[in-house]
Amino acid sequence: MEALFRNVRELVERAEKEQKLISEIMIEQEMLMTDRSREDIMIQMDRNLTVMEEAVEKGLKGVHSVSGLTGGDAVLLQAYREKGNTLSGDLLLDAVSKAVATNEVNAAMGTICATPTAGSAGVVPGTLFAVKNKLDPTREQMIRYLFTAGAFGFVVANNASISGAAGGCQAEVGSAAGMASAAIIEMAGGTPQQSSEAFAITMKNMLGLVCDPVAGLVEVPCVKRNAMGAANAVVAADMALAGVTSRIPCDEVIGAMFEIGQSMPSALRETAKGGLAATPTGKWLESKIFGGAVVGSGQ
Amino acid sequence: MKFKSVFDIIGPVMIGPSSSHTAGAARIGRVARDLFGRQPQWAKVHLYGSFAETYKGHSTDVAIIGGLLDYDTFDERIKTSFEEAQKAGMSYEFIPETGHVDHPNTARIVIGDQESEMSMMGISIGGGKIEITELNGFPLRLSGNHPAILVVHEDRSGCIANVANALYKYDINIGHMEVSRKEKGHMALMVIEVDQNVDREVMDELKKLPNITQVTRIAD
Repeated sequence: MEALFRNVRELVERAEKEQKLISEIMIEQEMLMTDRSREDIMIQMDRNLTVMEEAVEKGLKGVHSVSGLTGGDAVLLQAYREKGNTLSGDLLLDAVSKAVATNEVNAAMGTICATPTAGSAGVVPGTLFAVKNKLDPTREQMIRYLFTAGAFGFVVANNASISGAAGGCQAEVGSAAGMASAAIIEMAGGTPQQSSEAFAITMKNMLGLVCDPVAGLVEVPCVKRNAMGAANAVVAADMALAGVTSRIPCDEVIGAMFEIGQSMPSALRETAKGGLAATPTGKWLESKIFGGAVVGSGQ
Repeated sequence: MKFKSVFDIIGPVMIGPSSSHTAGAARIGRVARDLFGRQPQWAKVHLYGSFAETYKGHSTDVAIIGGLLDYDTFDERIKTSFEEAQKAGMSYEFIPETGHVDHPNTARIVIGDQESEMSMMGISIGGGKIEITELNGFPLRLSGNHPAILVVHEDRSGCIANVANALYKYDINIGHMEVSRKEKGHMALMVIEVDQNVDREVMDELKKLPNITQVTRIAD
């Protein structure tokens, strides 16, 4: 089955030509490629949205991982935000705290929806539930937010990578942030082209980000990278809505991300051998968590 | 195109912490269990690349065992799969390997019981999506996303036509098909991805065809 779009340029052109939202093109493509009804597809995405809501709710009540490395920051952030004196702004900090909430739940082996991966699962829901309070969308618009994010993620996954082991954190949180940024644009009433600009601006600022998890756990620095991914997405969306464009076209930015990932040494691609994982404190935490015990054989 | 559905990107719903190292790992384990056709009594899991380096932190081991116990990515029992394996009477062993493999997230799962054993290689390509790259020494490419039939047969003319004809009789459409063999004239493997789940009746008919050694299926 031929896809309706293979890159962002084709996606935007089709949306403009047919006067449709990017989310609509994604839904139509899903119907075409998987031979399922619109209703079926909408119901499944609605369920994913519910999983995201529940994860944020759980994280905002406070969770802690088994290792003790992460947890409780979402609670701190919300309490600080509620005092009303934030420097970066209420919406931005709301997005950040909800992104953190999701990833804290993930680190604690809770139930989440990967967007596009589990390690980067906070950015898309974090931004969605923060922007929601400002734009007051319908349930359908919230579901469409996920399809728009999915459309951009679909292009990245097929033309580059969404795996930290293959392309570093730029492929995970970088992709998630770009996806969120593009989806914010549609919800805020921007054009498909502005979604493309927002994705490009966001991804350009995530290029080169390595995957260097301390002790191999999806905790440090993953949770805070989701926080900054969410912030990056909201700011880039505002820039695109203001009319700022990317000098390098979106597809070429995605191509650059792939190339950078290819040339990243394996130590910086989810092997926990370089970067923050290899710092004295990173090493110390690793030995503290896993000790000298041999794990891996049962019975 | 490796990723065909929006739910490969927004999804899966899963137990954390890693889509590739936890959800993908559970899926690789579950496909192995599916291909074996029953609960194995023992499992030897060889881990390569990033899987070998970080499996403890990502609960890759726990997830693979969960998959071998037939748990889905969102099944809460994944968290306690080691205890569950003990209850199910399955022993297991994890062997981190240092050898080079094509993909950084690779696992070779060898499982068996008193009757037989099976070896399968799977890779986790990101976002929870997986591919099976080898079965009992046969190279293949299987996504595990669609129902599939695997046919081990003698490398003789007519085998493929007979199987295709039998599927046609039951109105089963072939979405993707691959044929591989280790050596000319010996054993060969057909991997047939289909659009709908395959009934026992069809499986029995395929098994009766000449020069067919073994038929297994993967449900949706």
